[in-house]
Amino acid sequence: MGEYVLEMNNITKVFPGVKALDGVTLKVRPGSVHALMGENGAGKSTLMKCLFGIYHEDGGEIIFDGKKRTINTSKEALDLGISMIHQELHPIRFRPVMENIWLGRFPMRGIAVNKKAMIKQTKELFKEVDLDIDPEVLAGTLSASNLQLVEIAKAVSYNSKIIIMDEPTSSLTDNETEHLFKIIRQLQSKGCAIIYISHKMEEILKISDEVTIMRDGQYVGTWPAKELTTDLIINRMVGRDMTNRFPPKTYTPGTEVVLKVDDICSPLPKSFQHVSFDLHKGEILGIGGLVGAQRTEMVEALFGLREIVSGKVEKDGKPFHIKSVRDAKAHGLALLTEERRASGVFGILSIEDNTVIAAQKDFARNGVLQEGKRYKAAKESNESMRTKTPSMEELMQNLSGGNQQKVLIARWLLTHPDILILDEPTRGIDVGAKYEIYTIMHDLIKEGKSIIMISSEMPELLGMADRVMVMCEGRVTGILSREEADSVQVMRLATAFMK
Amino acid sequence: MQEGKTVQRRSFALAFVGTGAVLAVLGILLHFILDATKTFDLPWFILGIGLAAVLYGVFQLTKGTRLTPTIAFSGKTAKRFLTNNAIMLALMVLIVVICFLEPRFMQIQVLLDILTQSSTRLIIALGICFALLIAGTDLSAGRMVGLAAVISTSMLQTATYANRFYPDLPQIPVFIPIIAAIAACMLFGALNGFLVAKYDMHPFIATLAVQVMIYGACSLYFDLPPNNSQPIGGVRADFTALGQTRLFQIGSFNGISILIPIAVLFTVAIWFVLNKTVFGKNVYAIGGNREAAVVSGVNVFKTILFIFILASFMYGVGGVLEAARTAGATNNYGNGYETDAIASCVVGGVSLNGGIGTVGGIVSGVLIFTVIQYGLQFIGISPMWQQIIKGVIIAVAVAIDMSKYKRK
Repeated sequence: MGEYVLEMNNITKVFPGVKALDGVTLKVRPGSVHALMGENGAGKSTLMKCLFGIYHEDGGEIIFDGKKRTINTSKEALDLGISMIHQELHPIRFRPVMENIWLGRFPMRGIAVNKKAMIKQTKELFKEVDLDIDPEVLAGTLSASNLQLVEIAKAVSYNSKIIIMDEPTSSLTDNETEHLFKIIRQLQSKGCAIIYISHKMEEILKISDEVTIMRDGQYVGTWPAKELTTDLIINRMVGRDMTNRFPPKTYTPGTEVVLKVDDICSPLPKSFQHVSFDLHKGEILGIGGLVGAQRTEMVEALFGLREIVSGKVEKDGKPFHIKSVRDAKAHGLALLTEERRASGVFGILSIEDNTVIAAQKDFARNGVLQEGKRYKAAKESNESMRTKTPSMEELMQNLSGGNQQKVLIARWLLTHPDILILDEPTRGIDVGAKYEIYTIMHDLIKEGKSIIMISSEMPELLGMADRVMVMCEGRVTGILSREEADSVQVMRLATAFMK
Repeated sequence: MQEGKTVQRRSFALAFVGTGAVLAVLGILLHFILDATKTFDLPWFILGIGLAAVLYGVFQLTKGTRLTPTIAFSGKTAKRFLTNNAIMLALMVLIVVICFLEPRFMQIQVLLDILTQSSTRLIIALGICFALLIAGTDLSAGRMVGLAAVISTSMLQTATYANRFYPDLPQIPVFIPIIAAIAACMLFGALNGFLVAKYDMHPFIATLAVQVMIYGACSLYFDLPPNNSQPIGGVRADFTALGQTRLFQIGSFNGISILIPIAVLFTVAIWFVLNKTVFGKNVYAIGGNREAAVVSGVNVFKTILFIFILASFMYGVGGVLEAARTAGATNNYGNGYETDAIASCVVGGVSLNGGIGTVGGIVSGVLIFTVIQYGLQFIGISPMWQQIIKGVIIAVAVAIDMSKYKRK
């Protein structure tokens, strides 16, 4: 073996209409953690998919373990000793955890699957990565973070020479992230190299040895992590100065209460209970907490997607009963969901259709669409969001995450809401587009709207919110003013009920 | 990768107008030159193709502002054209082959026969497409056709017919039994929709259950004394006129079946519903991403309910027309029509994953099946082979269609 366990030289990949990768180089030393960074759409995932046999590169060479390889399928990649933890998990929900792990390589006895051996192997594996999960429990019953840890264990179980981790911490809490880092160091000591993709700068600087940065499908460079700072990385990622991650505040939040939530409870005992808070006119109320704090469930209930059994909600001083999304919409509420792809965008429909869907009735007379009015509204709403799209007919699935999010905001603005609930508004969006979303939020506030923002990113929560409400295990543990809020306070409240 | 030529859309369109005009003139000339006993109506078809090309060219010229100004020609675009239109091209090859084997195929009358045979199938396919667009299906279509046929004919027999379903029923206006038949279908359609929307049942199971119920109910009705499961006959002429009238019957010309304009009317109506109404947009939205539709405040319950009611209305219309065309009915009418309708939709590019499908595609899907059936019969291929060929076409069409969406 030479200096590197993996060399990807001059990789090129062309999709219809776009050059996704243009001469990208990645060289990974054995036993190192190599971070791969870049804005969304920079080509990180595409590069990794070429390595893992999901795509086939159009040009360049892959040298793995000293030999030139062509990797056509994921199975070939796994057999070579390359495994991957995907950004999006697709567990088989109705099968046990262990079957999810050993799928395709079950321990056998004759023609039958050897269940006992499988349980034993799984337990050994979990012990190795210090994970306390029953191998026989159904995958669908695990929390998102536990699933992620199982996925990591699965990658470990291949005894690979390289493990690709694509945003492994997006659903992990800080503690679990620490746990993951412990596993990574353990793997490193065995000589396994990690390719680590993440947007979280602090993490990258902490765990990685070398950092390769990509921009717009091109190779920017590789540096030892020691020589980098957050600002330097952002600089090289976006190719411009990004000293301020948040736009300056140029408004003063009001004091008038627009939404009063009083002691609302979910019918599920483990979901949100006795939640009360006020939302003031023209403020951004941030909601912080760990994964599982039931923040999403609570706002979905306010939006009529889940049941509320007790407590009351008042809007502009008048009680209002939310039975369906249409009620919430009629009362001027809008919700951008956490899972953009699952419950936000219509990938196979046009931008126009995506934009007007929530306000469809305003652009129709007796159920018949008024094409001109519809097109004009969609176009203007997207122009005000500065959505980048060749035309209103473009399919939604061809837009980047940031632009899709802008279309979703454009969609809800057409319903003329005065309260916008944004659940993780910048998840999976690159740095440049994040800033644009923040600017849009400030613009909305200046127009007299109020915003509830759920965020799991501490800097975003502290940088954007006028007040921060923290939840833990379904209850509100505190509401902090902008001055009181700092990461220590928020973390303390977010873990208030934990051991 | 990027080699190949680019052509201005304007000259591309003009080329079509030019060739089309030449073909049209050629058609008219050939009409006077060719021996009509050997080439039959070939000149008229050439004229028709020419006019279609002119229309396409004019459309490109006037609507061109919304399209890209240039068109690229390369191996890649050619390949894309081939996969996108594979079925249509195969169909054209088949037609040319049949025409060579049996020149009598080149008659206007043959074309009209094919269109007539497609009419009721098209109406049923247009009903079922809504269920397919929300990634569902509707297995009750065929049985609803039978139900509508039995109910409508049972009340529309001539006074002198010996075996009357209702011996003492006076001559009631034709529209009353038709409305009763369609309303009965819509009742079951509402049940379909309710089961799917309210209990979140998979449409496959919900409509299967309703299908069985309809057959039972229809058989019970059919078995009522004095009919006792006798095939219904002696249907009144003012009713059969709905399916058997021939328009423009002049001289040797056999006329155009009234079913063709009826089918055109319903096609236009469904096209309008799908493309120009809130309901149609909501259907595509639910098919495209149901969760997102719920979050956007689309009334999913109402939309799904309406989908199945509208579909059953179309099946009812189809059943009434079938009964009128054949001047009779039994409780086994329409059996299996849903599979033909689903196959036509799928061959016409409707995705079973929901959200994708156009009325134009469905029309061509239905036509393809009729042309194949009619054409193969025309050149004397055994019906058993026809079945095999039909199956192969479904499989190949869907395989080609799927390859479009496959990521490379």
